[in-house]
Amino acid sequence: MVTQARRLPFPTLAGRSAVQLIMPTFAALLVLLLFVWLGVNLIKTPAEFYRLFLIGLTNGAIYGLVALGYSLVYGILELINFAHGDVFMLGGMLVATMVSSFGLAGDSGLFLWSMILLMLVIVMAFCAAINTTIELVAYRRLRHAPRLAPLITAIGMSFILQNIALVWKGARPTSVDSILPRGEVFTIGGVAYTWDKLIVLLFTVPVLIVLVLLVQRTRQGKAMRATAQDRDASAMMGINVNRTISFTFFIAGALAGAAGLLYALYITNVRYDEGFRLGLIAFTAAVVGGIGNLPGAVLGGLLIAMIESFNNGLGWATPGSDWTQSIIFAILIIILVFRPEGLLGERTPEGG
Amino acid sequence: MARSRRQELGGRVSKSLRLDVVRAQWRRLPRRVRGAALPTTVIVLAFLYPYYNESLPDIPVFGSFPSVDTAVTMTIFIMMAIGLNIVVGYAGLLDLGYVAFYAVGAYTAAWFASPHFGESATAHVGSVGVNPNAAGFHVSIWLVVLVAGILTAFIGVLIGLPTLRLRGDYLAIVTLGFGEIMPQIARNGDNLFSTGFNLTNGAQGINPIDPPGFGETLNRWLGLPSDYLTAANGLRLFYWTALVLLLFTVFCSVRLRDSRLGRAWIAIREDETAAAAMGVPLMRTKTWAYAAGAFFGGIAGAYYASFKGAVFPDDFFFNISIFILCMVILGGLGNIWGVIVGGGFLAYLNQEGLGNIGAEINQTFGTNIDVPLYQFGIFGAILVLVMLFKPEGLIPSARRKAEFEEGVTEEYLYDVRGAPE
Repeated sequence: MVTQARRLPFPTLAGRSAVQLIMPTFAALLVLLLFVWLGVNLIKTPAEFYRLFLIGLTNGAIYGLVALGYSLVYGILELINFAHGDVFMLGGMLVATMVSSFGLAGDSGLFLWSMILLMLVIVMAFCAAINTTIELVAYRRLRHAPRLAPLITAIGMSFILQNIALVWKGARPTSVDSILPRGEVFTIGGVAYTWDKLIVLLFTVPVLIVLVLLVQRTRQGKAMRATAQDRDASAMMGINVNRTISFTFFIAGALAGAAGLLYALYITNVRYDEGFRLGLIAFTAAVVGGIGNLPGAVLGGLLIAMIESFNNGLGWATPGSDWTQSIIFAILIIILVFRPEGLLGERTPEGG
Repeated sequence: MARSRRQELGGRVSKSLRLDVVRAQWRRLPRRVRGAALPTTVIVLAFLYPYYNESLPDIPVFGSFPSVDTAVTMTIFIMMAIGLNIVVGYAGLLDLGYVAFYAVGAYTAAWFASPHFGESATAHVGSVGVNPNAAGFHVSIWLVVLVAGILTAFIGVLIGLPTLRLRGDYLAIVTLGFGEIMPQIARNGDNLFSTGFNLTNGAQGINPIDPPGFGETLNRWLGLPSDYLTAANGLRLFYWTALVLLLFTVFCSVRLRDSRLGRAWIAIREDETAAAAMGVPLMRTKTWAYAAGAFFGGIAGAYYASFKGAVFPDDFFFNISIFILCMVILGGLGNIWGVIVGGGFLAYLNQEGLGNIGAEINQTFGTNIDVPLYQFGIFGAILVLVMLFKPEGLIPSARRKAEFEEGVTEEYLYDVRGAPE
């Protein structure tokens, strides 16, 4: 019966060759417009541009950390872990709780730093544990189910985690005591670079280096890359696939925890649905950079955060913050349609 | 047959004998009649629902049966679930932005049947229940519903054309993106691109939207209600009309499923590569699934807007997409009867059920939990539990069940790697 479907009575679509011709032109035009817009704004208000750039850089580091989690998990399971953003949000909430219960407001010096490091360890372990549990409970059983099944459970888990946060902290934003020093590090052109922004970068960069070393240099990292490439073949080579996948979720969760700590301390409030929103942005970042590609995720995070920050703040011909979400999703759609392998070219699952 | 049984039974009580005769008579009826009996009974019971829902006894934990008001909402959401079922259940394309179609339908009703564009234009086409001199577009809701369906189907094609060649999970994300963009356009559409053009009236939404009705002439001649808002039994009229729309949706959905197009959808769902090899044109077939699903979403959205008399951008957030998806999955992907049951049950829970259950829990345990606040957590849990333990849904279609048990091939023709550059 299906053999006759060739004669379905519908009009045919335009040939794909025309589409192939139009698409690169269109994409080039978009990029050109983007640069014109940035350039004009830079000339008109250089100080504002610089200030927004710094905000974008800081947010980009956080987005990058979350995007890495998406990328890692996607690389190994080809699953969009919708719950990842909510794991990050729960981490932020745990930090909010710890900051107030440790009474860190007003502290400074070595004690503060050791406490922040302690919190980092706790929150990373916490989020890693949540993420591994989710994999164990919700995804492992569906390894051989149709592709959509784990995706749907991921959405379900995301809603469950959101509601756990809702029960825990309520619907209003939970404010976090401001404990990061906010003095200026240096000032260029009348714009101060503050310590809290620098600290976000100072935490992010080592985490990234450790991650890259882990994936590229260790045995476990090799196992991850092998599993990402071919699960069955790596099982035959004696790799414990289930443990490797668990480990990937563990690492992704730990990264989400680190991002949660930085976010809570830097932005100083967390809301139960914040994780979902930020998760989608971070996912977009991962896709922009090339999902499964680790440096790409960080690059994508920076790019998306810059665009968000410039769109929220610039003056000339700017849609404004009302449209930020739409712009980010438009970027997501455009990238997926025109260049599904992301900006960093070839799609290599792990390690890049 | 019946005779021999009676002889065997000998001197049993007459009641069971009579039942036996009835059963024998029943078997003698033509197959067609027997097959139609259950749906007919259900339809008749559904149409008569407003007459007896008050006198039904309370169910334990759930409380009273849904009111007619809730029943209208349930019916409309079932329509949307059936529309989504065409996309997700038949064609196997996960659509996480179905709310966009609902929004387009609702805003179509708001544009063509309200005083919204009153400052720039006035036109009346068979409008009922409004002042004949009222400003703005006032088109008969029947027409608006149809236009909304067609417009939404068109939008579905527009969204589908560039995106449908993507692989399953990427497609899901793209539709999610559209589902997030639509409400933002609705929210910020009161001053589109700083041109001062008020498309959606922003966060205030658009109201009042005209009610459906048949106008004075038909009222005088045939006794049909002139408009639902002022009619004495207006709520019941809304309910019955919704049921008629639902019947239309179910009819179309069943016929589509059994058509050549529907078989092509199912072939794609089961194995895209094999379907393509057999000559099913992938893009075209998928686009039609989108258009068909969107069409019913648009109809439901427009009718719902007319029922509520208003649209607000906050009605169209992401969670609604998941809510409708949850209906389809709970009932049974691809099985229309399952989707009806799942949709009705979840819409009821959302409207009344959770409130009733919460009140019951709080009364029994002396707690003070706001159960409806956690509705999406509950729906999320339903998604996870159904997917883990009964992925084919509560009332599965036999075919879908087999797919979930035996698995289907996971290779996609348009893989990221294979996508045209």
